[in-house]
Amino acid sequence: MVAEHSTPHAFLSPLLTGVGLGATLYAAFLLTGHGLGAFGFFRDLTAALAAWTDPFWTSENAYLSNFLSEGGLLSGWITWEIGGVAIGGLLGSLAARRFRFKIERGAGVASVSRLAYALFGGVLTGLGAALARGCTSGLGLSGGAVLSSGAFVFLLGFFLAGVLAAIGLKGLWK
Amino acid sequence: MTTPSSGFWIVLGLGVLFGFFLEAGGLGSPRKLTAQLSLRDWTVFKAMFVAIVVAAAALYLSDLTDLLDSAKLKAPTPFYGAMFAGGALLGLGMALGGYCPGTSVVGLFSGRLDAVFFILGMSGGVYLFAYFCGDLQWLFLAGKGAERETLVSLTGLPAWLILLALAGLTAAGFRFGSQLEGRGDGVVEAKHLAGDP
Repeated sequence: MVAEHSTPHAFLSPLLTGVGLGATLYAAFLLTGHGLGAFGFFRDLTAALAAWTDPFWTSENAYLSNFLSEGGLLSGWITWEIGGVAIGGLLGSLAARRFRFKIERGAGVASVSRLAYALFGGVLTGLGAALARGCTSGLGLSGGAVLSSGAFVFLLGFFLAGVLAAIGLKGLWK
Repeated sequence: MTTPSSGFWIVLGLGVLFGFFLEAGGLGSPRKLTAQLSLRDWTVFKAMFVAIVVAAAALYLSDLTDLLDSAKLKAPTPFYGAMFAGGALLGLGMALGGYCPGTSVVGLFSGRLDAVFFILGMSGGVYLFAYFCGDLQWLFLAGKGAERETLVSLTGLPAWLILLALAGLTAAGFRFGSQLEGRGDGVVEAKHLAGDP
């Protein structure tokens, strides 16, 4: 692939990134009446997979049963949004020559360890977002935009625990 | 808008923009995301709070000019305990795994194979939560606040003052963050990520 060997373009500044994200978020509220999200897709996907392997248990489960729909995943707006996120990330990284096939990790971390950390971090994230009823996008950003008090408590927990964990995990990302 | 199929194309387009800006700012990179947590690179805080302030201010102005009925924009009912604990798990999850749900999609589609494992883990986490949801009910319902509580209804302060305070917090984050960025190795740039690893 051509992009593999070319110099990547610099990132957009945090200010312009924030303005772009904020304008997109505003447009979402204006055009759809709700904000943006991400976790909801993985939640619905998990519910669909669980229903596929064990329909009875899933339909009786007090949590997952809320996220099954007759129309399947494509009947949920968040599936379409995440499809868009994938397209935007792909086209953006290709156009800016930043697309790279790799396992991104700290210099002192072996690839296989990195994958194990990614898996475990994912488990904690799935648990946490289910508990909070949203993620950094769906609750943090979208809730923040409508000044939700819960969203700021969520963000406080996120940054506090993240910074404390980073102190304990020094070296993981160096 | 309800859910007509034309609405799905609009949401898809919004998703494209969302993914584009996340990638453009470097937020698909776990090294850049975790550099925020070790306070070396303040991009996450800066971009996130600028986005919140821009969207919140635009929604406020749209309400004033009747472009939008803000009564329709419902804040979620807070469960402070659950949201704090859930947020903390996401912080821990990012420190270890390098992503949050949205950025893992961008990471994957800009070529990062580690994001596949993060996504598999997330699905496992959801399944675990569902499996133990009876036992976790107390935490899931912890700290319930008033219906659709916002900082405005909670404090009784006018929305413009809250917005001003958020803008002030954002500006302070820029100032303090940029100072810290200048002290250490500096921010994670695209060229740092091009090589291996």
